[in-house]
Amino acid sequence: MAINTNIEETSPELERLKKLYADKGFVVTSINNLINWARTGSLHWMTFGLACCAVEMMHVGTPRYDVERFGAAPRASPRHADVLIVAGTLTNKMAAALRKAYDQMPEPRYVISMGSCANGGGYYHYSYSVVRGCDRIIPVDVYVPGCPPTAEGLLYGLLQLQKKIRREGNIKR
Amino acid sequence: MSEQIEMAKAAIEKNCKLNDLDVNLGQLQLSVDPANLVPVIDFVKNDPSCEFKQITDIAGVDFPEYEKRFEVIYHFLSFRFNLRLRVKTQISEEESLPSITSIFPAANWFEREAFDMYGITFTDHPDLRRILTDYGFEGYPLRKDFPLTGNVEIRYDEIDKKIVHEPVKLQQDFRNFDIQSPWEGTKYLDKEAKDSE
Repeated sequence: MAINTNIEETSPELERLKKLYADKGFVVTSINNLINWARTGSLHWMTFGLACCAVEMMHVGTPRYDVERFGAAPRASPRHADVLIVAGTLTNKMAAALRKAYDQMPEPRYVISMGSCANGGGYYHYSYSVVRGCDRIIPVDVYVPGCPPTAEGLLYGLLQLQKKIRREGNIKR
Repeated sequence: MSEQIEMAKAAIEKNCKLNDLDVNLGQLQLSVDPANLVPVIDFVKNDPSCEFKQITDIAGVDFPEYEKRFEVIYHFLSFRFNLRLRVKTQISEEESLPSITSIFPAANWFEREAFDMYGITFTDHPDLRRILTDYGFEGYPLRKDFPLTGNVEIRYDEIDKKIVHEPVKLQQDFRNFDIQSPWEGTKYLDKEAKDSE
């Protein structure tokens, strides 16, 4: 990519540009910061509710927890989504569908594994029909523990994901 | 209500070939041979003193030590008389039961589930395939000889770009929880003390 993405927030060049444009109605920032701002500020999640965790995921969207103040909204299609929340028990029969949904998501894409079942099989770890952790099927960015996690727990997981995106902070993924 | 039970019981007793019939906790319970299953169910559905118009469930039970290994229990409900009925029948692993989908279309999926979980086959069933387990699943998970963790587990193969089935390899052994506290006088400690004496 031709744009220099390594420019620091405090570089003298940026300071000069800031001074030049500040009183002319412009905001100057680095492309990195701009991209991170855009990515973390609109984490639309793909609802993959599989069990009781899905109810807590719904609570996160309600006015009481109001995840939309972070710019996030539930999307029913993986093609519109940035983050996939695996909320519930992933069974063997569902695994192929989960992978298919994940494969349809555009880059950059992130995955939150929500609850004990999605993290490692949980209560059904020894079952013949349950996948022992959804990370056997798709790569996971953030694990939210709990059975089910509270809505606050999931919200915190989402904020941790934002932190992770900011830390990685580059265009390529 | 007991009047209705007695009426239904008398009608069934009079018209059906049964092995056993009694009233348990206010509910009718009867046992039939597989050969008589269809006429008996047809009777209890349509007889004016029974009218068991709804099938609630079909349950299976596995008794590996019995000669006739599987017991199949049909549950019915009569709205008209507010009665419930259980019909029990036993079959061996090689035998199959007659399907009752011609009488109760709702039995279709129940029979498919019994087939899926126990491998019980139903003759004249319109579409007897697995209903709940994974596509291509092998074995019958609710049989007593089926291992708890099954035979295969799955993961996504990054090289082949598809989900692969592999033999089960548990990262952690089964745990056996002993919830008896040694401070409160357990039975097994008493037994060990006696054995050592």
